[in-house]
Parts: sequence; C-alpha cells; structure tokens
Amino acid sequence: MSKVNLNVNGQVHSLDIDPDMPLLYALRNQLELNGAKYGCGLGQCGACTVIVDDKPVFSCVTPCAGLEGRKVRTVESLGTAEHPGPLQQAFIDTQAAQCGYCIAGMIMRAQALLEKNPRPDQATLRTHMATNLCRCGTHLRIIEAITRVIENGGLHG
Amino acid sequence: MANSEFSRRAFLQGSSLLMAFTLMPVARKALADTEVDTLGTVVLAPDLPGSLRTNPYLDAWIKVGAEGITVYTGKVELGTGVKTALLQIAAERLDVAPAAVNFLTADTALTPNEGYTAGSHTIFDSGTALFNAAAQVRQMLMESAARHWGLDVASLKTGDAMITAPSGARMRYADAVAGVDLHQYAQAKSPDISPEQFKLIGHAVQRLDIPAKVTGAAAFVQDMRLPGMLHARVIRPPRPGSQLTGFDMPAIERLPGVVKVIRDGNYLAVVAKDEWQAVKAMRAGYEAATWAGGDVIPDQAVIHQLLPKLQSKRYPIKHEGTPAPSSGKTYRARVTKQYLMHGSIGPSCSIAWFKDGMLTVWTHTQGVFPLRAGIAEMVGLPPAAVRCIHAEGSGCYGHNGADDAAADAALIAVRLPGVPVRVQWMREQENLWEPYSSAMLTELQASLGSDGRINDWKYELWTTPHNERITNAGRLVPARMIARPFTSMPSVPIAQPEGDGDRNAIPLYETGAASIDMNFITQMPFRTSAMRSLGAHINVFAIEACLDELADQAGVDAVEFRLEHLTDPRARAVIERARDEFGWPRRSPAPGSGIGLGFARYKNIMGYCAVAVEIQVHPQTGDIEIQRVVTAVDVGQIVNPDGLRNQVEGGIVQSSSWTLYEAVSHDAGGVRSYDWSGYPILRFPQLPKHVEVHMIDQPGQPFLGAAEIVQGPMAAALGNAVADATGHRRLALPLTRKA
Amino acid sequence: MSRKKLWVSAAVALGAGGLAVAFGLMWRPAIDPIDKPVEFDTAQIARGADVVTAGDCAVCHTRPGGKYLAGGLPLVTPFGTLYSTNITPDATTGIGQWPFEAFVRAMREGISRDGHFLYPAFPYKHYRLLSDDDLADAYAYLMSGPPVYEPATPNRMKFPMNIRPLIAGWNLMFLHTAPFEPAAQQSQQWNRGRYLVEGAGHCGGCHTPLNFLGAEKDTKALSGGVVDGWEAPSLLGLASREKPWSQTQLVEYLQAKVVDNHGTPAGPMRPVSQELARLPQTDVDAIAEYLLSLPASDAKPSPIGASTALTAESARLGHDLFQGACAGCHGGAAPMRAIDGRPALTTTSAVQADKPRNFIKTVLEGIAPTPGEPGPAMPPFAASLNDQQLTALAEFIRHQASPDKPWPDVDATIQALRQETP
Repeated sequence: MSKVNLNVNGQVHSLDIDPDMPLLYALRNQLELNGAKYGCGLGQCGACTVIVDDKPVFSCVTPCAGLEGRKVRTVESLGTAEHPGPLQQAFIDTQAAQCGYCIAGMIMRAQALLEKNPRPDQATLRTHMATNLCRCGTHLRIIEAITRVIENGGLHG
Repeated sequence: MANSEFSRRAFLQGSSLLMAFTLMPVARKALADTEVDTLGTVVLAPDLPGSLRTNPYLDAWIKVGAEGITVYTGKVELGTGVKTALLQIAAERLDVAPAAVNFLTADTALTPNEGYTAGSHTIFDSGTALFNAAAQVRQMLMESAARHWGLDVASLKTGDAMITAPSGARMRYADAVAGVDLHQYAQAKSPDISPEQFKLIGHAVQRLDIPAKVTGAAAFVQDMRLPGMLHARVIRPPRPGSQLTGFDMPAIERLPGVVKVIRDGNYLAVVAKDEWQAVKAMRAGYEAATWAGGDVIPDQAVIHQLLPKLQSKRYPIKHEGTPAPSSGKTYRARVTKQYLMHGSIGPSCSIAWFKDGMLTVWTHTQGVFPLRAGIAEMVGLPPAAVRCIHAEGSGCYGHNGADDAAADAALIAVRLPGVPVRVQWMREQENLWEPYSSAMLTELQASLGSDGRINDWKYELWTTPHNERITNAGRLVPARMIARPFTSMPSVPIAQPEGDGDRNAIPLYETGAASIDMNFITQMPFRTSAMRSLGAHINVFAIEACLDELADQAGVDAVEFRLEHLTDPRARAVIERARDEFGWPRRSPAPGSGIGLGFARYKNIMGYCAVAVEIQVHPQTGDIEIQRVVTAVDVGQIVNPDGLRNQVEGGIVQSSSWTLYEAVSHDAGGVRSYDWSGYPILRFPQLPKHVEVHMIDQPGQPFLGAAEIVQGPMAAALGNAVADATGHRRLALPLTRKA
Repeated sequence: MSRKKLWVSAAVALGAGGLAVAFGLMWRPAIDPIDKPVEFDTAQIARGADVVTAGDCAVCHTRPGGKYLAGGLPLVTPFGTLYSTNITPDATTGIGQWPFEAFVRAMREGISRDGHFLYPAFPYKHYRLLSDDDLADAYAYLMSGPPVYEPATPNRMKFPMNIRPLIAGWNLMFLHTAPFEPAAQQSQQWNRGRYLVEGAGHCGGCHTPLNFLGAEKDTKALSGGVVDGWEAPSLLGLASREKPWSQTQLVEYLQAKVVDNHGTPAGPMRPVSQELARLPQTDVDAIAEYLLSLPASDAKPSPIGASTALTAESARLGHDLFQGACAGCHGGAAPMRAIDGRPALTTTSAVQADKPRNFIKTVLEGIAPTPGEPGPAMPPFAASLNDQQLTALAEFIRHQASPDKPWPDVDATIQALRQETP
C-alpha cells in the first residue's frame, strides 16, 4: 500500500492503495463511483471506459500507479438524473438501454469522440464505438442517441 | 364513434377472451407445466387469471395504507423494461400516477412467488394478475367509500389516489382501505375498462431505471455496498469433475488483506478486505492449486456425431395423420447449431449476509423462490431462515451464472457470520461455468402433395436440457464441489406447448401428416440450460428453411407459399405486413444480394413475428452485411410500445450475432472461449444498416409476451437470405463458420 | 565553326539527345481501355484468389472500414504519404477498363494503364517475378469482383518525389530483378517457396533494409527492415538462432497462430499472416522451407547502444504495472496460458529481440480482433500507460527474459514511437 493521488472528476483524492490497483477498482471501491463497470477486466468489452485527459481508456487495465498528474473523468462528471448532460439526456430521450450495464461505458466512449470530432459520419461513429460491447442488442438506439447529440449542435449545442 | 364502439366491443370480447383463455384446458395445462411453476408454487385458484391462480390473495399484490400504495410482483427486471410495464398496468388499473406507487420486485420475504422471470411469461402472467388485482382493489376501495357516504358506487370517480363523490367530498385510498379487507381471494372477473380509456397502458412511458443507469447512480447488484462488506473470489477447477490434489493454503492466507481462505472438498474461495486484494489472492490461488482428472470435453468438430450416441430419452411431440403418397417433391435436411453462451456483459455477482441466524442473499437470479430453496438445502438452513432479494444484474437472457454466484456468496457467508460477503465472478469464470445453450441437431423431411401443398412433415431433434434450473441444491454448481456434495435432480424437459429443445418444433403451418420427436439427451457433455427462446432458435430456422425449399419446388413465391398454409389471421397479418413494408421481393441489384423471410408464433401460443431481411454476401470475401430488416409483430394488447420496440430491436441484433458468428470453441484440451476474444459477438460495424419494427396492436386482447419472439424468425430470415444470395443453403449454424 | 560554337553545339546535341533519352525513359504510352471486363471461369478465379492472397493485395488496397480492394489506405514513407488505389473493376475509379496487357505492365514494370509511373511502394520489383499464368489468374480474380465506386485519395508526396516521371530514373537504377529461374539442385517445394517469397509474397519489401532513395539493398536482402515503426526482423539464419525456428513453428507463426518460444505476429505482419493462413498448406510449408534454408548473415551485428541497469524502484514499478495491466491475460494462471498453453511473454520474439521496438509497439497498439472470428486479441495501452510506465514495464519484462542483456535506448525508442503514432 502507498499513497496514490488520483484526480477524478476535478477532485484530487489521496488514496492509500496498492499502486498496481487498476483504476476501475479505485473508482468503484475507494471512490464509490458506479459508472465504470467490471465487464471483463481484460480490456475487451469497454464497460469500464472512462476518459483520461482527453482519451477513452479501459480503466480495468490502467494501473493507478502513474496516473499522477492526469485527469480522470467518469460518467458521473457529465451530469445527474436531475440535470443530465447532453449525451445522457439523449440516451434517456431515446430510451437507449436494455439492461443498461454497458451504457455508462458507451457514453464515455462517445463523449471522447465528440470532444475531438463534433460531427463524425456514421461509419466513423460505428468504428469508434466498436471497442465497446453490448450484449442486449441496444446498438441501434445507442447510435441514435449519439447521432441526436451530433445533429443538435454537439456537446455544447 | 364507430371506432370506439368497435374497440369497446373488441375489448369486451377480448376481456372475456382473456378470462376464457385462462380457463381453457390448453392454457391451464400450459401454465401448469411451464418452467414457472416450481417449488412452492401451488395452484390454489385455478379459475383466476394469470398468477392470481397461484397467488390469489389481493394483498399479496397490493397494499394500501398510511405509508402509501405498495405493489408487489414476483417477477424481476432483467433489462427488458418489464418493471416499468408492470407498474404501468398496476397504476392504470388503480388509477394512480406511477410515481405514487412503491413497486417491489421479487423478494422471498415480501412478494408473491411467480417462479421464474422467463419464457416471455412476465406480462402474460404477472401483468395479467396485476391488471385484474389492481382493478379489483380500486373497485373495493370505491365500494368502501360508497358505503361510508351512502352513495351508489357508480357515481364515484377516482384520481390521484382519491375517491371523489359528486358533491365534491373526497376520501384518500389510504382512508378508504379501513373499510375493506384486502386479505381475500381475487374474483374471477374484474371491472371492465375500454382500451381508449387507457392513460398508461399502450403509452410509451419512460423506463424508471434508465436515468440512474446513464448517470452512474447505484442500479445493479454490483453497485451495492453494505457496511463492513468483504470481497470474495472463487477459484474454480480447470474443468467440471476435476479433483483438487493439492493447495498451498497457508501461502494464500498470508497474502495482504486476506481474511479467509475456504477449502471444502473441491471448493476454493478467498475473502479479502479490498476487492483488488481479493483478485490478486485469487490469481495466486489458481497457481497454488493442483487438480487431477475432470469430465471429458468433446471436440466441437464432431459434436453432432457424438450427440445422437449419448444417453437420451425419446419424447414424441406430435404424431398426426398418415403420410400421403409422395408426389416426388421432397425436401430433406440436417440442421445443426453449436453450443452458445449467454455471455452476460457483467459477469455474475451476489452479496450474502448471514446475521442472527438469517441468511440474506442479494442476487440477479431469475427465480428467488427456487433459489432460496436450493441455497437453504445446500447450507442446511430451514427455508424460512433464508431470504433471496432480487437486485438487477446485467442482461441474463436465461439461466446464466447468477444462481451459482449466489450459492457461492451463501457458502462463504455462512462461514463468516455477521459480515456481508460480495462474490464477483471473473469474465473467464462466467464464460467457462455458465450453463450453455445446447448444441443441437435436427433432421427434417417434408413433402408436397400433387396439389402443391405440404402433405407430410417429419422432424426429429437431438438436444441436451434447456431447463436445469434450481429444483434442488444439486443444481447449484458450488453445491456439487463441496466435500459432501449434492447431486443434481434428474433432468426433465419442459412439456409442450411451452416446449424445451422442442419449443416451436411444431410448425404453425398446415402440414397434413406430422411426425415430430425429440431425443432428450441427459448425458450432457456440457451443462446446458435455458437461453432466450430455447429450441425455437434452431427449430424455426429449420422449419423456415424447409418452407422456402418446398415453395421453390412448388414454383410459388416464398411468402405466398406460407400464406397458403396458414389460417390464423394474426399470423397472416404479420407476414403480410412485413412483406408489404419490405416491398417483397425487392432486392438490391448489387452482386451478392439476397432476401429472406422468417416467421413464427412463439410456442404457437404467444407472440407473432415475421421478419424480412436483405443482406449482401461479398462474392469474394464472403463477408455478410445485413442491409435491411423489416419486422412485423403482434403481442396482443401492447403495454409499452417503446419497450416492445426496444425488445424486438435488441432481439434482432442478438439473434443476428448468434446466427452469424457465435459458437463456443471447445476440444479435448478445453473450452477456448474463456473471454470475448474466443467468443466474438456482433460489434457496431456489423449492425444492420436499417431496421424497422412494425407493431400491430390488439387493444383488449390478452398480453402475449414479447422478449423472445424474434430470435427464431430473425435466424430463419438470415438463413433464407444467405441461400438466396449465394445459391447455396447453409444449414450449420453459425452461418459464417468455415467448414 | 569556332571551338566554342562546337562545344555549344555538342552540348546542345548531347543535351537534346539526353532529353530525348530521358523523355523516352520517362514517358510510356497509354494502353487503350476496354469497355467491359471479360467473363472468367470459376476455376481460374479460384486460382487467382490464391495469387491475390499470396500477394497481400487486400492488405494495402483496403483501408480500415473501407470496401474490399477499393483502396485508400495511407502508406507513410520518408518521402510523403501515399494512398493505395482502387483495384476493384469499377470503370471510372478502379481498373474496370484495364485490358490484361495493362495489368501485366503495371505488375512487371510499375506503369499504369494511362502510362503514368506507379510509386515503388507498389512492389512491382517483386511482382514482376510472377509467371504469366499467375498474372492471368490474378487478373481474372480481380476483374470478377463487385465494382466499387471510390475515387482515389490524392497522394501527398514531398518535392521532388511528387514528380512521377522521375521514377523512371529510380527504376533505371534499382529495378534489376532477374526473371525467376528455379534452382535445379533444390526441391520443388523449396523452389515454390522461393517463388512465393521473392515474388508474390514480396517479403523483401519490408524485411530488407532500404537505401536513402527507398530502394531495397539487394546485397542485404531479407536482413531486416522497419515498417510503420515496427521492426521487420531479419529472416536470415532462422534455423540457427539462439531460439531456433523449426519448420512447424515457422509455418504456424506464418498462419497467425500462437507458437511456443515465439508468440504470434503483431503489427503489419498480422494481416499478412492471416492471409497466408488462407493459402494451401503446401504453399506455407514451401515458404517456411525456403526461409529456413537461408543462412545467417556474415555481417557483424550493429553495435548496441548503452543500456541502463534496472533500479529497484523501476523494477517495483514494472512489477506492479504487470500485475495491474497485464497479468489478467499474461499471468501464469490466466486462461490463455493455462487452457490454451500460450507461451509466457518472456519467450516471445518481441521480448527476445535485441531492440525493444516491437514490444513497445505491441503494447501501444494492441492486437485487433478479427470481427466475428475467434483469435488472439489485445487492447491498446497507448492511453493507459505513460512513457515512464512503459519504460518501467519494458525493462521489467526484458529483465525477466534476459537479465544480462537489457534493452538499449528504451526511453528514446518510446519517445520516437509516440511521436510517430499520436
């Protein structure tokens, strides 16, 4: 165990954890954030997707050691049920969820894309989202939700 | 006006049909022999609709008091949106806003026992029960107010959980309830309502659970945090049946944060304060264990030669008529599928807490009551000392690892009294230990008479069980690993008309003579159990392939041929609607294009679904792209149109994945599909380009259930489209498997 | 005539003559287009499929997310970025109007149908070894596919490389490939292997070092190269290495399987090996036999730069990073080790190599899964690990594999690779 400083959603936390702990466990257990989920722990499904600096990463294979000085953002940073962010609102409006387990990861993956490229075409969007798995088959609505945000002026529209 | 008259009449006919339906011998048998009738679910009131038959007391479903209105269901939210749909039904009939209802899903201490949430029975059984119970409770509350005021009950109105008299006098439900005793059996007949009066049913009410899920609020069992909770991980053998020959327990006990290491026969688990410490201890535990032996794992290349040789029992499914003399036009086929896995995106998880003699288990099982009985037997507690509470997991699509993970949590928790214990399965544990969906083999032969109609139909199928649910402790994998292991109850197929591997093996089409048999294999190479639609996936695929081939031999269009053999007007309606919306037989002129149709009525007693697809098979690479999917569905009275659409879209995508790509990889060396790299499923770039879902509402008709209606028809449509595109029919699922 | 005038006249004459020669060299006539491709029989198309597979045409001529053979894949060279062309039989944007003669000229001489020179990133230097029959079969296959309308992406080559006719000079200097002659004293399989390696396989295109003008150094054929930042290792002396390759191991590696002591191909070699996996088994056997027969190079290995010893802190960090980021798949008890028997990371070619380049590239980029097909897959760690973490991880794993031969220049390699692939 040692002290690891994590900057999560704009707040710095000094955690007494094993430095080899993957970020996912620190987020869920030490910081009690539910958004990022355990789906595989192997970097294959994306249920754990968060944004580090400006890039989407698999938090399940990103060790906390060395995240010093980098900014982590989870879905909780985008809004709340009372005040959802644009992507969250779009997912609610299109009812883009079945079991919903993959959805937080999907939103962060999409958020990372739209921050860099506000108007991706459909092929780019589908290729970008390919890293994230959905088993229920909600893909069509997920694409619809993200497309809605793109067409309504993007994240700041 | 004419319209509403028609609907009213239709509804009245419908509701009497609803009553009649549940009284019909077939329906009663259907409900009696289903997988939802399990331990402790005794039919107490056969004349009552839906799950009121097994839970006839009104206050089992609805409680009204000072604290508000609480509605109970014995079903659970699996991600299908039924929690919202059931709430819509109850709130509609109580005439209250959904927000005014405290709605509780399956909990052995609080709710009715409705067996499992499975088989598209939720709206069918629980929805029907609530539709009636809620209406009767409202009526009773109004009658109570009427007696109190000395007024005719017909003059009273309700709204916002209030009863209002013509004079303007008001009484809250919470007060009216003092004049009634809800602890009485429901009636067979409920107050009428016309579908146009529905404010909630038939409307796209937004799902209650989605806002939490998109904002990171606690929504799943995986998100639960209890005071003092410890984290556990299990260490499984390399394969079922392996014996533990050595384990360096002290080395694992010494690891940082480890609170307990459990070794009981072949059962191993580690418990730690911190979750990551538990994972590391688990990894060390895997390396510290040596095993010997284990069940032989079959080679998937020869699985279909192996299956017919295994111990099985033959069940006749349908034998009718004598085969007419052959016209010479016959189609014969052998259709196969590989083992599939549920592949729940979130591996199974459970929390158990053994405190003051009471074992509470939070679990995403589909059936809290059977699980409770199994766990109680396993740990040696009376059932009353065990409480199973449903908390959502990720989509399960049937019997996945949920029950076993709950058993793990229970086994560990009773060894750590007073402390909540959370067990989270790893991805590879879910992939290797969940009950698969059976690999199957079917053989069919059908003939045309000289009149160009089907006059003979022979169908035989081989399958392992599709229902290894928790009928005793021995059905729980952890219970089979401990030093004093439990033995699984013998496997029994779910009888028709629900069906098991033989679900939807009986064509809805007129086939003249029919001879249909199932070989139910009890000697299982892999443990298998229920997965969304059970045998319907392959049976509908096979039947629809045969229909296309016979149509071709008869020289008739595939759609027309089907219509010629169907009299059920609702079946015809979905096929015609899909045909028309698709523009059948329109196909793109691009090379490798193909179109295909698939149709089924789920179990021949539930929802209707027709799917038309257009695909493109690249002439050089063989890659399959799904261009267009046009679906028409009829599920009776639609409760939540958006929920229905969501389920059908999801089923289209999931069935496409199963049918095109999926197969568990296995050979004598082991199961290779231990993670997503070894079991690829459809990803975003492989989505159909365009999907339409057309819903035919039947106001006032019985609820037929929606979650599983599209798996078979979508698979069938794809199979037929590949045959159209390539000129060659592939009969081995998955369709992109290289020979 | 004055002496000066004589010189001037001579100079002009020479100049004019030179220009004429140069013009003659740098100009090629257009070959008339055809209206519609000829129909071919299925047997020929099937043979052609194998030639096109062996030639890896699809690997360059298909971009990620793009249509098969419709081009658009960027190739980054020291002279600028090229984009592969559309070789579907589309009439306007592909090769639909190319008669066979034009196809042969392109494959053997690097000249397009309309007479313009093709950049030698297109390995016509190797393809010119293809037999007449193989070229005819490949043409049949290419012309029988679905035409795709996809206009070419314009190249972005730096001056003077954007002047195509200058390629004539390049060809003059470097295009010396002798026609293929089987070696009489070798087996049929060996000769087949050599034909595939030198011809369609164009292995030298990646595995041979290039001179400053981007041409393969023929005297150093197959002694190793760099492509897209990856090391294409030397193919010489494979059988006599410290960790030698057996025939079976090399065949399976070439077929994208996971092989003991060597691992599985990553980077640009992965799609090549996935193509080879679709060739007849005898062809892959032949390629392996030929490659294994190549003797080790006499050349002295280039001096290895300075390497730094592993500090205790760095070792600790590397160990922790491995536990947190890698052990789920690469740990001793992980399923791919325990069930599939895949080799330990420390025994793979990338970790055994003298330089850390391929290990770092693999960690940065991962190994993409093939849609719908089971097989090895690895996530990219470029965003999950920073440079300091990558260094510690690389040093840690190398230390496990070869404690007395630490990698040189790990920091510098990481920084250089990060710049190449943002």
